[in-house]
This record gives sequence, C-alpha cells and structure tokens, in this order.
Amino acid sequence: MSLSSAATVERVDTRRHHLPLFRSELHLIFGRARTQIGLGVLAAVPVLIGIAIKISGNGGGAEGFLAQVAGNGLFLIVASLGLSLPFFLPTAVTVISGESLAGEASLGTLRSMLTAPAGRSRLLAAKMTALAVFCLVATMTIWISGLIVGFVLFPVGDVLLLSGTTVSLGEGLLRALGIAVLISASLLGLAGIGLFVSSLTSTPLAAMAATFITFIILGIMTAIPQLHAIHPWLLMYRWQSFADLLRDPPYWHDIGLNLLLQAGYLAVFYAAAWARITSRDIT
Amino acid sequence: MVTRGLTKRFRGGQVAVDAVDLEVPAGSVFGFLGPNGSGKTTTIRMLLGLIAPTSGEVELLGEPMPKSFLKVLPRVGALVEGPAFYPFWTGQANLLRFDAADRTADPRTRKARAGEALERVGLSNAAGKKVRAYSLGMRQRLAIAVALMRRRELLVLDEPTNGLDPQGTREVRHLIRDLASDGTTVFTSTHLLAEVEQVCTHAAVMSRGKLVRQSTVADLRAELRPRLVVRTPDLAQAAETLQSLGVADLRTTAETVEGDPGELPIEKFAAALVAADVRIHGFGLERPSLEDAFVALTGEGFDVAE
Repeated sequence: MSLSSAATVERVDTRRHHLPLFRSELHLIFGRARTQIGLGVLAAVPVLIGIAIKISGNGGGAEGFLAQVAGNGLFLIVASLGLSLPFFLPTAVTVISGESLAGEASLGTLRSMLTAPAGRSRLLAAKMTALAVFCLVATMTIWISGLIVGFVLFPVGDVLLLSGTTVSLGEGLLRALGIAVLISASLLGLAGIGLFVSSLTSTPLAAMAATFITFIILGIMTAIPQLHAIHPWLLMYRWQSFADLLRDPPYWHDIGLNLLLQAGYLAVFYAAAWARITSRDIT
Repeated sequence: MVTRGLTKRFRGGQVAVDAVDLEVPAGSVFGFLGPNGSGKTTTIRMLLGLIAPTSGEVELLGEPMPKSFLKVLPRVGALVEGPAFYPFWTGQANLLRFDAADRTADPRTRKARAGEALERVGLSNAAGKKVRAYSLGMRQRLAIAVALMRRRELLVLDEPTNGLDPQGTREVRHLIRDLASDGTTVFTSTHLLAEVEQVCTHAAVMSRGKLVRQSTVADLRAELRPRLVVRTPDLAQAAETLQSLGVADLRTTAETVEGDPGELPIEKFAAALVAADVRIHGFGLERPSLEDAFVALTGEGFDVAE
C-alpha cells in the first residue's frame, strides 16, 4: 500500500496520549447543562438550611449538627453534607452514572468511540474515573457553598467536637474537608452500581431508574431491624460514620469498615460492568 | 482486508451473515452491495470489532481483528450505520472528542486537523454550531469528517451518501476518488448502484447473509451481454423475424421486442426486419446496467427489504 509522506510523518509520533480521553470524559459530564443545574441545586442546600436557621432564630428545636449551626457557621458545612447524603447526593450520582454508558449507546456515539479506538476497558476506566471526580465535585460544591453561607450568616470560631474537646477553626475546617472526602468515597459504591446498570442497556432513563430503585431497596433493607444479620453488608449501613471524624481522636473503626464496603461494592460492580462491556455487541 | 468464513448468528438463531469470504485488495475502491437486511451492516460491524463473529476471522491491514484493534483502528476511518453525535456539542467539539479517544492521535495538532477535516467536507461555516441544529446531510458530512481526522490507510463507509442531496452526493464521490488516488483503500456499502459504477473498482454483492458475487466492476460489466431492442407496432412479426435469425431469450413488451442477439452483427437484424415489412420506430443494442446484474444475482429488486 502506498503511503503519502504526510502519513509517514504523522506516525513517527509513537507516544501514547491517555490523558485526553479522561479529560474529554470530564468535559462530557461537567459541560452539560443538566450537570451544572444539578450542582446548582446541591449548592442551594446550605443556602436554604442557613436561611431557615437564621429566620427561626438560634436553632429552634433542631438537633445534632443543625443545632450547632447558629453558634458556629462551620457546622453549616457538616449539617448540609449530612442532610444531602441520604437523598440529594445519591440522586445526582444515580443520574450521572446511569447516563454514562447507556447515554452513549442511545446516541450511537459508543460505536464511534470504540472505532476511534477508545478501547473498551480504557473507556470504562475513563467513565469510572470521571464518575469518581463527579462524586468529589458534588460533595465539594456543598462544602464550598456551606463554607461561604456559614461564614456570611453566622459567627465562626473554635470548634467544639462531639467528644467535648475544642479545636481551632483551621483544624475544624480540615476535619470538615475530611468529611467531604469520606462522603464522596461513600458514593463510590452507588456509582459502581450505576455504571454496571448503565452497561446493560441503551436507555439512559431505564438505567437511572434501575439504579435508583436499587438504592431505595437497599435503603429499605437497612431500615428493617429483622434483617440486622445482613445489615453490615448493605451499601448505606455505615454512611453516617463520617461524623466519627468529629471526635478526638477520630473514631476510625466504622470509617474504615465503610470505606472497605464501598471498595467492595465498587470492585464487584466494576468487574461486572467490565465483563459486560468487553463482551457486548455494540449495535 | 480479508474475511474467512465470517458468520454471525443472532441469539434468536437467525443467521445474519453466513460464511462470508471477502477479499478487499489494497488500494481498491470496493463497493459492498446488497438489499436492506442482507447483512452488510452486520458484516461491517464485525470488521470493526463492534460485534463478535459467531465464527470466522477478520484481517484488517494485515492484522487479526478484533485482537489487534489498537494497532489497526487508528489507521482506519469508519462511518458505521448513520451519523451519531453528541447533539448538545458543536460539530468541532464532537470531532475533538472522537480524536481524543484515540491514544495515538497527537493532541497538539488536534484542532488544526479538525479544521482541515471540516473544510474538506464543506462544514467550516457550521463548525461552531451545535449538532442538534445540523441537517441529516450535515451530520453525514460530519461523520465523514471524523473518518478524515487522520491520514487513514483504509476507510470503511456504511452508506456514506445517505441523506445527502445530489450536490453532496457528488462531493462525496469526488472525495472518495481523491482519497483513493492517494492510495487509501475505500470499502463502502451503498444502495446506489450508479455510485458503484462511477467510483468503484471492485464490488461484492450480499443477499440474505451470503456473499453471492465478488469481482472487479469491469468483469461484472463485461459479463452483461448487450440486448437487441426493437421498438415497433408490429410486435408478432418482429418477434418471428428475430427468432428465425437465432435471437435467444426473446421478450415482448407493450412496444418492444428484445432479446440476446448472439454473435450476428447488428445490421443483419435491421435488414431482415425491413425485408419483413416490420415498421421500425426504434432499433439498437442496450447494455444492461449493474442494476440488472444485481437483480440477476439476488433475484430481487434493489430496495426490497426482507
């Protein structure tokens, strides 16, 4: 086959550029209006909570972190994260992860990506990485919004921990940051489930619905006392362990178990998604 | 590009592609023909590793597929089954994404290459428009631009002129000729036989999942014997005269009598008809089109869906 000199020159470049695909995946997620609106809603959570507390006076009859917000704005971060974890954050993760592969399959762009060639395993890795980044960005959106609103609306100062000790504001912020990271990690198991479900279908809405139903069922199972034997294996059982970071010293046991459980869910469902995507006929 | 015994049986047991042995010579422009549902697109999907064959092998640019896809596919430009894009992105952004997926593509030249590809398909002015606002023809051009983002050794195009207006069709035809003259092998499925006659050097015909014919276009055409066509009001008389001269495969329509003239020179027939007092409104040899060959091979009209 005759090759023009242009082609020969081009192929001298034998380096492998892996970063562009990963960057492109981030662009695909964060460049969409739907993602930006979702993040906007998450950013509104601390605003709403902050305003509600401000209006009702010093905490009203609130309990837990909410009760402490009026005394120290820093707790708005923790309270907002804690309140978003059971519903808002999982919803966001469900939408984005359900869309990941099914969305491309429904557009037909999965074909073009594979003939590019992106490589099936590599594309899956890029999708999962972007999902993990989304989990972190979603939580950090609340963190930053909580920080701003908390500092604007309420007095801030040294932080009284759950164990009764007081730490400096700086350390309090650091611990709140740690909480955001833990909460992001808590979402990884769900993201893995969403990715797997998304690899099964070409209908993004179906993938989102199925992932969300799975999440609801796991939640119901966690709430049924008679199932306590399997509770430690359920995705959300130790989600509240992030609060243990506000003890002195932090109580690592549950945090560790939660991270292990998330890693386990992620490994199982990522492997299943891989098995599916590497063998699937892409039509 | 070579396939051996390529077969795809779907889960329902339906055999979409049945033991296809394709051989596409390097540097050829290969027309892949067949009615809708004859297994063309399924074959193309297997060539590119999108779906796994039930049995058989595919070799692209001398490498086994899908095993060596990483080595092969960057050298192959593909357009499979209609243009597919992110509608919420611009045409240019779409090009950049597909190129970014290819780890061997140079990120530094990406934008410049996208610009050239868009220019080549005449989409420079629409590069910044969202694909949502593109017409089908524009999407089709954009899909071709994806295939042109890099210098390719092989182009696999599934119905490249689908949705294009006559002007666009002509442009794509020119583009294919251009690329072929640069040494690029072009494998294109199409339902337009005129296209095959005009641009292809080789052709293969699929029917019901089987490869019924594969040869050069010149050979295919040479096999089509010209037919003698006589336009006349005296049908019976003309038919009788022609038959007496040994014309085979005689057929009478409402206004014509036609048949295979055999080896006799054409003027003999004219003289005989005149001598028999047959009134002649029209007289001549007609070379059948590829379409006739196609119908003869597949036993069906071209656009008949199964």
